[in-house]
Amino acid sequence: MRPMSVGRLARSEPRSSQITIIQPRRLPRVLGALATYVGMTLLAVIFLVPLLFEFVGSIKPNDRVLSEGSSWRAFVPTAITFENYGDALARADLAHLFINSLIITSSIVVVGIIVNSLFGYALARMSFRGRGLLLGIVIALIIIPFQAIAVPLFFMMAKIELLDTYQVQILPFIASPFFTYLFYTFFLSIPKELEEAARVDGAGPLTVFWRVVVPLARPVYATVAILSFLFAWGELLWPVLVTRGPEVRPLPLGIAVFQTLPPLQWGDIMAFATVMTLPLLVVFLAFQDAFVRSVARTGIKG
Amino acid sequence: MISSPTTNLKTRVGQDSVVPWLFSLPAILMLIAFLVTPFVLAAIFSFTNLRLLSPIPLRFVGLQNYVRILQDPIFYRALGNNLLFVVIVVPVQTALALALAVLVNQKLRGVKFFRTIYFAPVVTVMAVAATVWRLLYDPDVGFINGLLGAVSGGAVHPNWLRSTSTAFLAIIIMSIWQGVGFQMVILLAGLQDIPHDHYEAAVVDGASGWQQFRFVTIPQLRNQLLFVVTITTILAFRLFDQVYVMTSGGPLDSTQTLMLMLVDVGFGRQRIAQGSAIAVIFFLIVLSISVAQRRLIREEAT
Repeated sequence: MRPMSVGRLARSEPRSSQITIIQPRRLPRVLGALATYVGMTLLAVIFLVPLLFEFVGSIKPNDRVLSEGSSWRAFVPTAITFENYGDALARADLAHLFINSLIITSSIVVVGIIVNSLFGYALARMSFRGRGLLLGIVIALIIIPFQAIAVPLFFMMAKIELLDTYQVQILPFIASPFFTYLFYTFFLSIPKELEEAARVDGAGPLTVFWRVVVPLARPVYATVAILSFLFAWGELLWPVLVTRGPEVRPLPLGIAVFQTLPPLQWGDIMAFATVMTLPLLVVFLAFQDAFVRSVARTGIKG
Repeated sequence: MISSPTTNLKTRVGQDSVVPWLFSLPAILMLIAFLVTPFVLAAIFSFTNLRLLSPIPLRFVGLQNYVRILQDPIFYRALGNNLLFVVIVVPVQTALALALAVLVNQKLRGVKFFRTIYFAPVVTVMAVAATVWRLLYDPDVGFINGLLGAVSGGAVHPNWLRSTSTAFLAIIIMSIWQGVGFQMVILLAGLQDIPHDHYEAAVVDGASGWQQFRFVTIPQLRNQLLFVVTITTILAFRLFDQVYVMTSGGPLDSTQTLMLMLVDVGFGRQRIAQGSAIAVIFFLIVLSISVAQRRLIREEAT
């Protein structure tokens, strides 16, 4: 960019000429920034429309959600009511579904983190026969999408009569080759000296792992917790296969079923949607950087 | 080292035998039970006549399931839609994500705010997003037609999800809205890794802004772009949640996808064998995409 060198030159010259030279190159830069802001704001509006529509719709009377849906009033709470939330709680059994999702998701996240990080640690730090082969198998298994095994897994679960339970929705998602691999690569990057020092002091393998390794590896634990929460919380295909009644039904299937039940009341549905969206958005806003870093880290895969 | 060589040897031997396996076993057992076994079963089942409940004795039927699928017009409709999704979403979403990443990578005040907004749809559950968009797409009371009508004076009035010609396009648009933030974050991480002196060198050589983008940014982002293209292609073949909620494959099978067919055949009609055959075909597609990506990355490395 030539203006840069002009500016540099100008600085060494007397003041009067500096102003006349710099001025014309500042204006385009300001205009450029302004254009950028206008563009970014327009895009932001497009991204926000569905979310804003959802929140505003959830606190409007049902008839207004439809009658004002096609104009700008869709985004203005012209009348405020919390009836929709009461209706969703009563008609969709929302609290029950929420607890189901909480049980399933937290089990997958907590147990999954323990199981996968122990395995990743063994692969990264311990020497034993077959380690290299195991590592190769884990990397190869990353490629198998859950969808490719869903039907035979459904058959297996039906045969051992595990359909319509919490376990059937938790067990298949605990051990994950991808998360094991994320832990493995992170553990490799931690310096060995601290673990060796602890071992010399007489600490057993589990103590070394828990007291020394886990505190150092907090970022990868946060990453795996966030990713596995997002995957588990939104899972729809598997519950479609393995749950029938509402007893152990999770939220994503719950909202899919709710909008097929008459009478169709969109305010209630938007209240249901908001209950599913808002907690996640709040946690996201609080731990934004960790979220963004976690998702960016999926790029390691490949 | 203070410890004597004998104790050192002892701990090493102890570790060799039991401890690594104790760390690894929970994950290994679960991977065998819930990933490897159903994966192998999918391949075996696909050559049998297995159903969930059937009085007919189990027997091998050779390629019959595959032949039946390859003769089913719905399979081609589904595969065609998955391919259409790839052809449209991969280039459009990647280009949009790259533009967004470049926008929020500028040194301007408040860019983080915009990054947050563009990323927000990624943390909303797909089933929820699909639900909200269902109402936005309503031909009569939805906001999208309200806006189109106001802009075009009522001339443009698509039936979106209710028309065979626009339903899949509607699903594509909402999918881009939900997924583009994920790609943006990965590309943004790549942008921030590009050493600044690359740009300085380009400036010295007199490169314009566009030339810097074309000859510095794009080549430096090669691996991230490859990753993003691969993962989006694979996700395109896994397309399920939004279709299940918005159209269930209709109207008239115009939004059929491989995964919808898998659920319909394997679960709805309880034909485990035929569902497994679809799963095998799906896996072979995903495998070839991944192999192609690895080839391309290796090509770069040599």
